[in-house]
Amino acid sequence: MATIQVDGRSYEVDGKDNLLQACLTLGFDLPYFCWHPALGSVGACRQCAVKQYRDADDTQGALVMACMVPAADGSRISIEDEQAREFRASVIEWLMVHHPHDCPVCEEGGHCHLQDMTVMTGHSRRRYRFRKRTHRNQYLGPFIAHEMNRCITCYRCVRFYRDYAGGEDLGAFGANDNVYFGRHREGVLENEFSGNLTEVCPTGVFTDRTHSERYTRKWDLQFAPSVCHQCSVGCNISPGERYGDIRRIENRYHGEVNRFFLCDRGRFGYGYVNRDDRPRRPEWHGETEETVTLDVDEALDRGADALREARRVIGIGSPRASLESNDQLRELVGQANFSTGIAEREQVCLTRMRRLNRDAGLPTPTLRDVESHDAILVLGEDLIQSAARLGLSVRQAVLARRERLAEARGIPAWNAEAVMTLAQDARHPLFVAYPTATGLDDVADRCLRQAPDDIARLGFAVAHAIDVKAPAVEGIDESTKATAEHIAETLLAAKRPLVISGGSLESTAIIEASGNIARALATRGRRGGLMLVRREANSTGVELLGSRPLEWALDELTRGAADAVVVLENDLHQRLPSGRVERALSAARTVIVLDHQRTSIWERADLGLPAASFAEGDGTLVSLEGRAQRFFQVFEPRYHRPETRIHQGWRWLQALRASLKRRAVPDVTLDAVTRDCARHHPALAGIVEASPSADQRVSGLKLARQPHRYSGRTAMRAHLDVSEPRPPQDPDTPFTFSMEGYYGFDRPRREVPFAWAPGWNSPQAWNKFTDEVGGHLRGGDPGVRLLEPTEDIGDYVNEIPPPFTSGVGEWQVVVLPRLFGGEETSSRATPIMARAAAVRLHLSEEDARRLEAEEGDTLVVETSLTRLSLPLRVDTTLPSGLVGVPAGLEAALVTGDRAWLSLAPEGEEEPP
Amino acid sequence: MNENAHLLASDGDGFILDPEDLRAIEHERAHYEQPQAACIEALKIVQRRHGWVPDGAIVAIAETLGIGPAEVEGVATFYSLIFRQPVGRHVILICDSSSCFLVGYDTLREALSSHLGIGFGQTTADDRFTLLPVCCLGACDGGPALMIDDDTYGPVAAEDVAALLEDYP
Ligand code: SF4
Ligand code: SF4
Ligand code: FES
Ligand code: FES
Repeated sequence: MATIQVDGRSYEVDGKDNLLQACLTLGFDLPYFCWHPALGSVGACRQCAVKQYRDADDTQGALVMACMVPAADGSRISIEDEQAREFRASVIEWLMVHHPHDCPVCEEGGHCHLQDMTVMTGHSRRRYRFRKRTHRNQYLGPFIAHEMNRCITCYRCVRFYRDYAGGEDLGAFGANDNVYFGRHREGVLENEFSGNLTEVCPTGVFTDRTHSERYTRKWDLQFAPSVCHQCSVGCNISPGERYGDIRRIENRYHGEVNRFFLCDRGRFGYGYVNRDDRPRRPEWHGETEETVTLDVDEALDRGADALREARRVIGIGSPRASLESNDQLRELVGQANFSTGIAEREQVCLTRMRRLNRDAGLPTPTLRDVESHDAILVLGEDLIQSAARLGLSVRQAVLARRERLAEARGIPAWNAEAVMTLAQDARHPLFVAYPTATGLDDVADRCLRQAPDDIARLGFAVAHAIDVKAPAVEGIDESTKATAEHIAETLLAAKRPLVISGGSLESTAIIEASGNIARALATRGRRGGLMLVRREANSTGVELLGSRPLEWALDELTRGAADAVVVLENDLHQRLPSGRVERALSAARTVIVLDHQRTSIWERADLGLPAASFAEGDGTLVSLEGRAQRFFQVFEPRYHRPETRIHQGWRWLQALRASLKRRAVPDVTLDAVTRDCARHHPALAGIVEASPSADQRVSGLKLARQPHRYSGRTAMRAHLDVSEPRPPQDPDTPFTFSMEGYYGFDRPRREVPFAWAPGWNSPQAWNKFTDEVGGHLRGGDPGVRLLEPTEDIGDYVNEIPPPFTSGVGEWQVVVLPRLFGGEETSSRATPIMARAAAVRLHLSEEDARRLEAEEGDTLVVETSLTRLSLPLRVDTTLPSGLVGVPAGLEAALVTGDRAWLSLAPEGEEEPP
Repeated sequence: MNENAHLLASDGDGFILDPEDLRAIEHERAHYEQPQAACIEALKIVQRRHGWVPDGAIVAIAETLGIGPAEVEGVATFYSLIFRQPVGRHVILICDSSSCFLVGYDTLREALSSHLGIGFGQTTADDRFTLLPVCCLGACDGGPALMIDDDTYGPVAAEDVAALLEDYP
């Protein structure tokens, strides 16, 4: 702690901060550009100038850049000083010399940091009368639009993209007053976190291209606090809606999870919500093949009739649906008839992971906490593909060694250039064991490209090297042994070692190996962490809810033990071989499907009930960290499309249950179903506390979903009805579908639909909501953690597989997760598909040679269940004997399966 | 898996480093801990052969050093003595920094410009001269200063220009 004086008054601040951080944390409006809470200071823009005085006798003072001066005890500064004010006004004037002043047509306008700073400094008159330098813009791919003339040369973009996210294909070119930020040639930005440029850049140079076609200003969007549904990390998001469509997704600050950044799948993968072909009314697919759309009551009657006639009804849940919806389905069909909807192999992995979270002796860190670990072992995950935002945190953990080195020499961590210059490429050790190259290899100490079973063996050997009581790996070769010992020593030498593994390769052996390492570290008293990656947004939650896997449900139907099935938000074809799914569904007399997508299951259902996506519904998810988080409805779909009958899955299921019992459909609320779910499942008891209930008020007010400047409300429905209806009511949450309600920052609240504070329209407004810049939300970070380790460390597991041997004429399949195209819902969004790589089969050089196949040749991969032809990619990192298949293609291909490969004769290739 | 392979398709326009240059660059690279450090030398090596640095050379150097082309391009475009467009047989660099500015840089630039009939960034039709501005040449005591190829001159009076250029056929 330090005491500093600002304009004559004393304040307590953190002496480790710089003056800019200290002033912002104190709530002062001091303008800045190049400093960013996650990127530190470089003192490039000169915008944050303040007057600093030596002591009480110094009346003259000197201008300093607040972001470059430590907030040392006894500092005296003035923000209000006339000279400082003038200096700041002239800085912005010169930064804007070449700026086009095109706010009315600029897609940054309304949430622009440059606009905010211009107003803040009072620069309102342009004096520059000469020709402006102009630039040519580049095509940067489906996600990001580029308008270089708006650049103020703060260098934030390259500092984020290169230094923070590890991207290589964005650079700063030129010198002087002719600096250009872009790719060396036009083309798609490669980095998986490119979308953050739209928030990091303080101007309209980089904007969200997916938002561009139907653009709406931030003040005209309706927002809700939501949670990304695109993987298991659980990043917090603020989706913005206008006219019944999601227009863009912004980062919602969470002090322990995503903080300032999202991945591109999460930010740009929302398009499935807006698809024209989405089911928006109940559909009856009769015998005659004709589709009849129904109203709610009719649909419930037909559904109830069909279920009443059934001997036994099976319910198939979903790891991409909320806990509430899954639980209501379970209530409808009864525990004995409920399946999680997860394939057995995956569910077994999920159960092992949940156990390890409790009994492996090491806690699961939050993403923020991941960044303070100083040695990391990743077993069997390509994090950038399977849990991207976590991968970004791992990168920061590895790079943090530079800050530690700098601190040892008295250089504060925020002094970004000094830290980088001093430490160069010093890194904390990272080991990655995966069958092929991964997105973190560039910062890894060692990349071990191995078959799944060998990865598991390596893991078990590491555990044994840490603690001899852990089972030894028999027949281990010398080099693996040496590697394992090296990793073990490194983990033991670290202050906070971290083990990361997960279910991507569907190998329980790998998961248990990571568990043994965790137990060994815990036994040796190390304060480390264990992080286990799940696949989908609610995989952790649905496993906690617990029940039988999907195979069981299909078998019950196939063998006639049940004759009706209700499927919740789950395209079963994505999980198990189509033949098996079809056999089961054909055996059922009644198939009822709830979904927000027109999946192949929806198409063949007797009755389809249009469920809400995350944008129209509320519910609770549990992330890979074991954090239960609530997502809230962004908009009411009926307001703009009165004919729609979309409802939350849990609401449909509740109503169906009432209809089945011939009871009136009760008014059920989110709080009630959340409480029910918590009551039914002791492991989920905590979820009630994940968010404030619907009766939360701030200063007696509900919370506004719309900014107070929201415009056009009286006119936006005029084509439907000239009189404006009452705004939709929301019995489920503390939020209003209106600008009426609390929207400020000074009363702490946990769930913030959109960040705005007087003078701060850009995402930088989050600094007003946190206890310190880059800290925690003053109202507390959302969610509750459900999975903490118990005191007792479980026994070591001895499930060591034999070493992998490549087969003769047969290959072992490994399914490789893909950020773009490898996930069920986001891959229905056009920009994601445009960004996805062409799908190819990966084969080692040696294997390609043996098959006499060349890059691009069509190969046929055949297992006992399926057959798939794809072009070949010769993968120089993949071990021989494996065939890598991109995820999201064919559910019948499973890691560990044996496959036969052949070269497809010319002209007989099937399109993928 | 590397999902970006499809984005990385080489766009070097078929440019191939001269084997001698390649050896020289690899030799430079060995001097440094970080490959980035050899970037300037690599650009100079290419420029020595071609007179400038063609687009394809950026990609070729990046591949040789194992860094991204954006990084190489950043360095290439930062330095005014690395030419990213073809230049004439001789390059005239006029200092436009403060000391020279105070003692007649404007007049000197005018004189050269009208003598050659070209402005900054242009090359004479006979490919003999390219005219460029440069920042301080460290010859401030003798401003206004200029540099032709490797020779620095100053102070240069407007009327000396014609004679001076005669030495550069
Ligand atoms: S493009 Fe944006 S982030 Fe990059 S330097 Fe320019 S203003 Fe700053
Ligand atoms: S990391 Fe996962 S949760 Fe976070 S934004 Fe990306 S897809 Fe969404
Ligand atoms: S924010 Fe301090 S100099 Fe840019
Ligand atoms: S200012 Fe021209 S040589 Fe220094």
